[in-house]
Amino acid sequence: MASKLTTSNRAGWLFALPGFGLITMFIVVPFFFAFWLSLTNQRLISPNPTEFVGLKNYEQLLSIGILELEPERDDSGAVIRDAEGNPQYPRVRSITRKNPDYPQYDGMREWFRWQSGDTAKVVVATDIVFWKSLRNTILFVLVVAPVQGGLALCLALLINQRLRGINVYRAIYFMPVVVSIVVVSLLWRFIYDGNDGLLNNILGALSFGMFQGRDWLGNADTALGSIMAMSIWQAVGFHMVIWLSGLQTISPTLYEAAAIEGASKWQTFRFVTWPGLRNTAILVLIVITMQAFALFAQIDVMTNGGPLDSTTTLVFQAVERGYGKQDISGGSTISVVLFLIVLTISLTQRYLTREK
Amino acid sequence: MKLKTTLGAALLASTGLVGMAHAQTELTMWYHGGGNEVESNILNTIIEDFNAAQSDWSVVVESFPQESYNDSVVASALAGNLPCILDVDGPVMPNWAWAGYMQPLPISEAALAGHLDSTIGRWDGQVYAVGLWEAAVALYSRQSTLDALGLRTPTLEDPWTGDEFMAALDAAKASGDFDYPLDLGMAWTGEWYPYAFSPFLQSFGGDIVDRSTYQSAEGVLNGDAALAFGEWWQSLFADGYAPGTSQDPADRDTGFIDGKYAFAWNGNWAGVATLDGGVDDVVFLPAPDFGNGSVIGAGSWQFGASGTCANPEGVAAFVEHALQDKYLAAFSDGIGLIPSTPEAAAMTKNYNRGGALEVFFGLSEGQALVRPVTPGYVVAAKVFEKALADIANGADVADTLDAAVDEIEADIEANSGYGH
Repeated sequence: MASKLTTSNRAGWLFALPGFGLITMFIVVPFFFAFWLSLTNQRLISPNPTEFVGLKNYEQLLSIGILELEPERDDSGAVIRDAEGNPQYPRVRSITRKNPDYPQYDGMREWFRWQSGDTAKVVVATDIVFWKSLRNTILFVLVVAPVQGGLALCLALLINQRLRGINVYRAIYFMPVVVSIVVVSLLWRFIYDGNDGLLNNILGALSFGMFQGRDWLGNADTALGSIMAMSIWQAVGFHMVIWLSGLQTISPTLYEAAAIEGASKWQTFRFVTWPGLRNTAILVLIVITMQAFALFAQIDVMTNGGPLDSTTTLVFQAVERGYGKQDISGGSTISVVLFLIVLTISLTQRYLTREK
Repeated sequence: MKLKTTLGAALLASTGLVGMAHAQTELTMWYHGGGNEVESNILNTIIEDFNAAQSDWSVVVESFPQESYNDSVVASALAGNLPCILDVDGPVMPNWAWAGYMQPLPISEAALAGHLDSTIGRWDGQVYAVGLWEAAVALYSRQSTLDALGLRTPTLEDPWTGDEFMAALDAAKASGDFDYPLDLGMAWTGEWYPYAFSPFLQSFGGDIVDRSTYQSAEGVLNGDAALAFGEWWQSLFADGYAPGTSQDPADRDTGFIDGKYAFAWNGNWAGVATLDGGVDDVVFLPAPDFGNGSVIGAGSWQFGASGTCANPEGVAAFVEHALQDKYLAAFSDGIGLIPSTPEAAAMTKNYNRGGALEVFFGLSEGQALVRPVTPGYVVAAKVFEKALADIANGADVADTLDAAVDEIEADIEANSGYGH
């Protein structure tokens, strides 16, 4: 292999040069840049010289801890309870803000808490917005990757038939992919509108007025779900085409043989189609995972990360910090963390789907 | 022979052209109003007049869409590619001046006499940029609404108190005639939040940063006054007085005209559209006074010299030329902005005595408070915007304001105090 690449292969290298050059310049070099910047205090605009700060940015980003809150007690030592019998706790900020007794929690904020007996366990982090972004991003990937991949496969199976006008359906399913994601996001903002959006109107009409309109993007409980649904719809056509190309590489003789053997439809799918789609499946899964981790445009256009950080994502935070808040080092740190996460997942996926 | 003469003539003509171009030094200029034809035409008239009026400088303009203007400037500054004349948004100016993207403007104080103070961008004791206009915000309503609800018309001298304002909202809510009593413009994300809403905080007695040192926000953005402001702000949304962060942008633009809202907190730039939209009895009321005076934001787009410009005196000459009352009036008539001198105001359609928008000139003169004059404002504004959005969406007021203070202070520290 090595000899093939090195001996008398000047033309080959020459052909590869534009691609390699561009990848190096716009992907490899910027990555090393980001890694270096994450170890400094680089600002976007500043007359101050850049200083090396070591791992401070990572410490700032990743510090997380659990705080055990004892309920407040009255003079006799009994727990003070409110009208519903819930114990009363001191405010977390009284411990984490400039309290010399708890230096380890200084500057941290509450992410979430749970009860254990009368003690409240509070997860506190220096940068809760980062942790919320991480949670949202992972949730997005976990929902979008299987649902979008599965839906795309169903669509591909449906349109992989010789019917009159099937190309019209292919074109229709593919159309959202061709439209700019910004335009799609703007349109869906109108669809999700809380007052008289299309979705509320349709649901209202279908349920004969039973359905109470809701503010899909303005409610922390439904915002991320709404963006997931819209994102799945938008890119499903792209993956459908990839599945379709995979389906069409499967030899028709295999189907004929299966029919002669008397295989049912499910058996044909399970033992002919699915094994034939193995490599396509790996590709689709990896591509969707990568794209889902890079979620940005929909957030930027539709919610700006709100309400209450319920839709903020890692890439959105990287951009918001680097450009919005002029903190290039902070943005780079998030990028490096994201890179490590995606790398780990890709390697795991590769290991799990390797040729045995 | 003939060919030789032609060539010779051509040579002469071309050297002549070059000679003429050499006589005037070219000054490049960037402008934020790309896509707005009226605005571009007025600016081009000013530039043509200036280029024709003197022989030293020749200004060449390039326009950018406003949304991407600041990004373009920062990107080209990093690449060392700035134009000579830079158009800058008032509150951003200290940031660019501090970073060295701008240099002091050698303009004579005489040229600035009589201009609204908030149109002159000063940083570190020097003038860096000067604006041709100002913008102001007022509480839009209809006279018929005020009459129907039995409300007193507040004036500059005697604005509504916070209680009167809430009583007015309650009355509008009780009437049942409106979707919401008040439209704050929550759909306009970005600079609108600190520009339009930090004056409420200031009227309560708080601020975004402590303006005495610009090194801290503790006690200012999270003190008792700020907490009171935060509780009030949250109640506007929790109690259904105003639409929240997910407001439809279209409702923001036309909701008041369509009668969906009794009151709207909006800028003078929307005044003409409101009148054209058929709201004949629109009234522009001053901001309510929550205890520390009735306050509105100030500072709009201004012109200055970039840090790499070799001819700041040329920039100053252009700005002095552009500051003539006739141009201020032309901009005002064209795009509805408030001219920066009373003389120019008298020449305009809308801001002269008895003009439809005259009241805005008074608001700018009487209540305007510029946003914190510090390079750190750019980041503090972002933090403030997020805090207000979170509080509107129901986040704990004290925790959110504390977190905002921490973030602003961390940023100031990371920038070694921003040179104050």
